[in-house]
Amino acid sequence: MRGKALEAVDSAGVVVRQDGAKTVVELFGDWTVETIGASDGALRRVEETTAPGDIVIDLTRLGRIDTAGAFIIGRVTRRCGEPDGDFHFIGDHPTARRLIEEVRARTTVCADEPPSTFGFGKALGRIGAGLEAMFSEILDTLGFLGRTMMTGFSSLFVPSRLRLTPTIWAMEEVGVNAMPIIATLSFFIGAVVAYMGANLLQGLGFSVFTVELVGIAVLREFGVLITAIMLAGRSDSAFTAQIGAMKMQQEVDAMRVLGLDPFEVLVLPRVIACTLMAPLLTFGAMIAGIFGGMLVAWSAQDISPSLFITRFHEQLDWSHFLVGMSKAPVFGLVVAIIGCRQGMQVGGDVESLGRRVTASVVQSIFAVIVLEALFAMLYLELGI
Amino acid sequence: MTQDALISVRGLRTAFGPHVIHENLDLDIRRGEILGLVGGSGTGKTVLLNTILGLKQPDGGDVFFEGHRYGGLSRADRHRVNSRWGVLFQNGALFTSLTVRENVMAPLREHVSMPQELMEEIAGMKIGLAGLSPEAADRYPSELSGGMRKRAALARALALDPDILFLDEPTAGLDPIGAAAFDSLILELSQALGLTVLMITHDLDSLHAICDRVAVLADKKVEAVAPLEALMRNPHPWIQEYFHGPRGRAATAGQGG
Repeated sequence: MRGKALEAVDSAGVVVRQDGAKTVVELFGDWTVETIGASDGALRRVEETTAPGDIVIDLTRLGRIDTAGAFIIGRVTRRCGEPDGDFHFIGDHPTARRLIEEVRARTTVCADEPPSTFGFGKALGRIGAGLEAMFSEILDTLGFLGRTMMTGFSSLFVPSRLRLTPTIWAMEEVGVNAMPIIATLSFFIGAVVAYMGANLLQGLGFSVFTVELVGIAVLREFGVLITAIMLAGRSDSAFTAQIGAMKMQQEVDAMRVLGLDPFEVLVLPRVIACTLMAPLLTFGAMIAGIFGGMLVAWSAQDISPSLFITRFHEQLDWSHFLVGMSKAPVFGLVVAIIGCRQGMQVGGDVESLGRRVTASVVQSIFAVIVLEALFAMLYLELGI
Repeated sequence: MTQDALISVRGLRTAFGPHVIHENLDLDIRRGEILGLVGGSGTGKTVLLNTILGLKQPDGGDVFFEGHRYGGLSRADRHRVNSRWGVLFQNGALFTSLTVRENVMAPLREHVSMPQELMEEIAGMKIGLAGLSPEAADRYPSELSGGMRKRAALARALALDPDILFLDEPTAGLDPIGAAAFDSLILELSQALGLTVLMITHDLDSLHAICDRVAVLADKKVEAVAPLEALMRNPHPWIQEYFHGPRGRAATAGQGG
């Protein structure tokens, strides 16, 4: 009797007894995929401890059987030269013998998975592999940057090759739609900086210096940094996911076959949009951050907005603004390049898409912070 | 309801908004048979399969499993019924983040408790049953060819030793040799394991080679269910066109019938 009924099945049982030289394995109950788990150990012991020729399987009281049951029963005699010989079996069962033979005939033994090793050497190996992967990622990203630049230059000479519609679309996605969230974040950052200044400077009696503190912090660093981090989290991941999904559906291959250059159609519009929109977003972030600082200065320290703005004009040099703005297109370019490159790296499966989106966000935030530090050193040396 | 029907569909109605797909549809799947299901594109073959599988709620009518109304089963019974089904989806629907072996082990983990080692052995056995080589077991679905992916999906469908196997276009996208090999694999397995098979297909050769009966979905219902020879004499215009069009004739000639 094959198959399982809606009512519960009997559990599988096994009794092993010695009969002269023979070892008799008596089976009872239902041997199906649901029931055999408990009998696995007993059958394994029989297989390991008994000479294969001496094993006799008693099928008399066997109930239902399926391929999993047939497999585990057939396994007992697999080391014998004649695993399905008649001397191995006593008792009648309508399907068991045939099923055991069928399963054995069709089973190919799978190679065991290689055992995973642990230890000091393994750890060093992983560190080395990680470093190597990092260097090759950096190298590939630079290569991608070069390829995009070349595509950009060739588009300069043939401006009709520039895809205007996708570029404008990407500008809206990256720029206009990101403005509210970036402005809100920057507003709060400016407010927090002003509060910190209020606490510290008021104690010293220089509370009016809050203006300089907010101005320099937001103009030089925070405005552009918030923008870059939001671009990395918001647009960069979207680039990777969009291009990656197209890669998965073979749309990118289809483009190549149709004579369209994916760099021209997919990468360049996004890179241009991101590079152009980053300064505008940074400007918006600066305004919002200063506004946040001004409100806090007004409410917490009684520095009126008119005083704030006058002092702002008098004390702060334009260079702070220019330093901040000069970084924006670089960050925009880097974020877009990393996002697009990771998208083009997506393979055929869903998992690689997830891995690439994660890598893309992590890499772009990492790159932004490192570049920020390099810029700080550069401007310090230049004395700006 | 005939006595030997494993699954019966009675009075099924399916509609998407005002668009009616099935109206008063009846179908019996008999124990041990291989039933082919054909129909033009858009006649709702896959929708009917999803309804039988319980993935889609019928808008009217019932699906019976061994005489039990599927909608009336308790959660536990439904779970048990599900473990008796194997489904091969149109594109395989393998879990892409798991290797083939892990894919086959997924239903085992969910439904039965057994030692890990045994589970791996049984997964290996099912992979062999589906005609895949052992090396394929530790590869990911994205590393397999289309035909191998179908076989891997079949191995997963067979993991719990189902009584009934649902195949949605099993040979679509395979080359003729691969398709014929897959057909004979299904035929052999269904005979060796006593499976009941419901197979959606457009492949006339498959219908000829392995189906005991063929159900034709037309005019929002099952227009006819019969062995292929009887069906070819059916005067319904769509059936005539289907089996006596150029492709139908070629397949018939190829089978010598």
